[in-house]
Amino acid sequence: MSRLEDTADCGAPIVERQSMEADIACVGFGPAMGGFLTTLNRAWMENPSDPVFESQVAPGLPLQVLCYERADDIAAGVSGVVTAARGIRASFPDLNAADIPMAAPVTSERILYLLDPIRASRRPWMLRAGDRLLRALGGHLGVKDEAYGLPWAPRFLHKSGGLVMSIGQFNQWVGSQIMASGLVQIWPAMPVSEPLFAPNAERTGDKVVGIRLTDQGVDKQGAPESGFVAGMDVRASLTVIGDGPFGSVGRAIDKRMGMPAGHDKREWALGMKFVIELPAETTLKAGTVWHTFGYPEPEIFGFLYVHPERLASVGIFVPSWLGDPSRTVYRYLQHYIRHPALWRYLKGGTLRSWGAKSLDESGQHGEPFLAGDGYARIGEGSGSTNMLAGSGVDEAWTTGVQLAESVIELLRNRRSFTQENLAGTYERRRRASWVEHNARNAMNARNGFHLGFVPGLIGMALAGLTGGTLSIGAKIPAAHEQIRKRHTRSIKELKRREAAMVAVEDGKPLHDAMMSARGWPEIQFDGKLLVSQQDALLMGGKVQAMPGFADHVVFRDAGLCIQCEDKTCIAMCSGQALTLGTEGVPAFEREKCVHCGACLWNCGRITGEGLTNIEFRSGAGGFHSAEN
Amino acid sequence: MLHALHIVVCAGIVPDPLQTLEPVTGANGPALKNETMLPAVLDPWAASALYEGANLVAKNPGSKLWLVSMGPKAKLQQVMMTVAQKATFELVPIDSASNGFADAHATAAAVADAIEGIPGLEKTRLLIFGGWESASRGAGVTLQVVGERLGITDQFMGVDQIEMREDGSFEVLERVEGGKHQVSVCAGAPAVFGWATGNLPEPRGNPQIGMANMRTVMPALQKAKPTTLADGGLKFVSATLPSQQRQTRVVKDLAPEVIAAELVEWIGAE
Repeated sequence: MSRLEDTADCGAPIVERQSMEADIACVGFGPAMGGFLTTLNRAWMENPSDPVFESQVAPGLPLQVLCYERADDIAAGVSGVVTAARGIRASFPDLNAADIPMAAPVTSERILYLLDPIRASRRPWMLRAGDRLLRALGGHLGVKDEAYGLPWAPRFLHKSGGLVMSIGQFNQWVGSQIMASGLVQIWPAMPVSEPLFAPNAERTGDKVVGIRLTDQGVDKQGAPESGFVAGMDVRASLTVIGDGPFGSVGRAIDKRMGMPAGHDKREWALGMKFVIELPAETTLKAGTVWHTFGYPEPEIFGFLYVHPERLASVGIFVPSWLGDPSRTVYRYLQHYIRHPALWRYLKGGTLRSWGAKSLDESGQHGEPFLAGDGYARIGEGSGSTNMLAGSGVDEAWTTGVQLAESVIELLRNRRSFTQENLAGTYERRRRASWVEHNARNAMNARNGFHLGFVPGLIGMALAGLTGGTLSIGAKIPAAHEQIRKRHTRSIKELKRREAAMVAVEDGKPLHDAMMSARGWPEIQFDGKLLVSQQDALLMGGKVQAMPGFADHVVFRDAGLCIQCEDKTCIAMCSGQALTLGTEGVPAFEREKCVHCGACLWNCGRITGEGLTNIEFRSGAGGFHSAEN
Repeated sequence: MLHALHIVVCAGIVPDPLQTLEPVTGANGPALKNETMLPAVLDPWAASALYEGANLVAKNPGSKLWLVSMGPKAKLQQVMMTVAQKATFELVPIDSASNGFADAHATAAAVADAIEGIPGLEKTRLLIFGGWESASRGAGVTLQVVGERLGITDQFMGVDQIEMREDGSFEVLERVEGGKHQVSVCAGAPAVFGWATGNLPEPRGNPQIGMANMRTVMPALQKAKPTTLADGGLKFVSATLPSQQRQTRVVKDLAPEVIAAELVEWIGAE
């Protein structure tokens, strides 16, 4: 270890910063990093004295592999998933789902089209006509509880042979096995603030030479206080970036290195779900999987996955292309579980946990450079999520495995981690794999949703049934341009300022007032399953915010916030950590932030530099639930 | 004159109190539902003891700090990844399926045995630290029994402060009724201290300290042998969680004194 002196920018104090050498520095611990570290670890365990795995920075010792995770525990992942588990099973051929808490093999899959029993949703005329037809012919078509079960599920949606899982539990299961060998250290509660760049000696441009951990012992604005510890620099010949869809390291690299021509992260969704303990008399079997669409808004897809021991994950995805600033996901979720088709099974249940997470839905449109000098990208942030299949965990895991196999190949051949070498190994593996094949099929599958819900469904079906050969072309606007794409009549009739006044008088957010104005009834809380959003923050999971870190949500230009009428960031904030502050600038409470990242892509104002006015920096804490 | 101390902190791991905890009765008696899948943390009371111990070690050159912790090895390892960043210590792991319903005497016997087995430990310098209370539903007597098994009779509970003196004696502040402290003076080691909250904040996570600790923590974990706690014949009649009340109400522009008055009224009604 050594000490460095930071060069002081104008007026900034000189900071004494520690530096450490490692062989491989890893950012974020999720399924992709699980795949990477599991594969690397196993190769080392086959022969720990193999000189291939000798550290370059600590001769005589094995590779120094350090992984840093923001969350306070590696089990604090947020996602209940159904996955085909193709890549996961390849890593664990003898996998027994019973070994992983909350995991179960998929036993049945259904796709339900949900009618709107409240008649408050914004449905296009074609859908309304279809609804009328379904209701008229309901008895013959098997419409029950305001839901129509599709008689046939397209193959591209199938997860047969797969698993229903809790990502928190899966991460914990994987992480324990990785750490047991002693090769890899996974450090929780240690956010990484940025990558370290250095000029590339061989050519123009930069290379990544490691990472910088986040400063601790600072006030909300980041100014040092008592107990200040400057974030350490971890220098490594390879930096593996698996920090998810909006990680600060991944975004910093995108900014410095740029994106491949024509690539941009424009499509997002916020997934929010409840973990519900089903009533004792439930007839739902573990492994049951439902996919739904049509309600609470046509654009909002939903799911119900049944885990063992009467637990179910039930949630919705609110996409960036919802085209409306009223994006009160929590309230939508409550209406969703109250739909008769779901409520039949959920009534009498108990809320055990709750969680939310942004999903990068750009797929290959949002794929960054997969590797550069000194670094490689894996997982969701590398554009691996397949939005046609609605699958991301298995793909992320597989990209991690592919990188590990490539790293081992390079180590065996005594080749360095240059862009060329990583492209010739990792990128080559990835391009030749099923992940790439399926991603290409899915690439344009959702474009149609930017033209409307029905064209979106048609486009998805076309792409899915033709293996991506046919799809609907559409220009995909930037996320902030998708917020106010469409306005329904009821919104026009509702004068925004009047709604704002009503909202302020009631002590409710504006988006809530708008939903009420559209006819969505208030939710009657039962204190058990239907609870206030603030109570949900305290049930099951809980939000954790270690003191001594700076605020990670920052408004770049207060003037832009004041001008912003929509303030969709507030509407979309999963934890109500953003509220209307004085003088029109949102107020941020770090203690309520679940790090879902929704504010980042729900900011409707762009700075002169072309950045959204909300900056999402690295920060500790977040949601803390083992059941998510 | 400063004195080199040998401080042993006894700290169990407990399910993260932020999780939903639900007692269930299994084949082996009461347990927490899904306890194995809940994230664990170092018992918060004993964690205070660890930070106080690290502080004393830093102030007294030549001193050493050990952490004796009981729990399933995999869980211990996970918890250590966080704890090891906070203070420099040597881990003495006891790989056991212990939980908060384990017999305090059996637990104390295993812990005392582990302490006796620490190489180079000198009883004349020994201070046993632990939590005065526990978040693991423990009976609150484990630490005292550990002391008795080790033949240490000077025991202090509810400790908030220790002031070392030049002659090797120390002054101890113990919590007593009415928000006051009882001041005692002890002639010197060995002694047992059940810490209340102490006065120190939780240290910042420091990756360098973590890396240094891991050089001894990982080998210690790998060597830890499974230990089965003796069956002391303890039987639980029932186990319940304290009842919770959550009454959320959104109000605006309420004066602080009105809120305070309402809280006082509410507490009085309970």
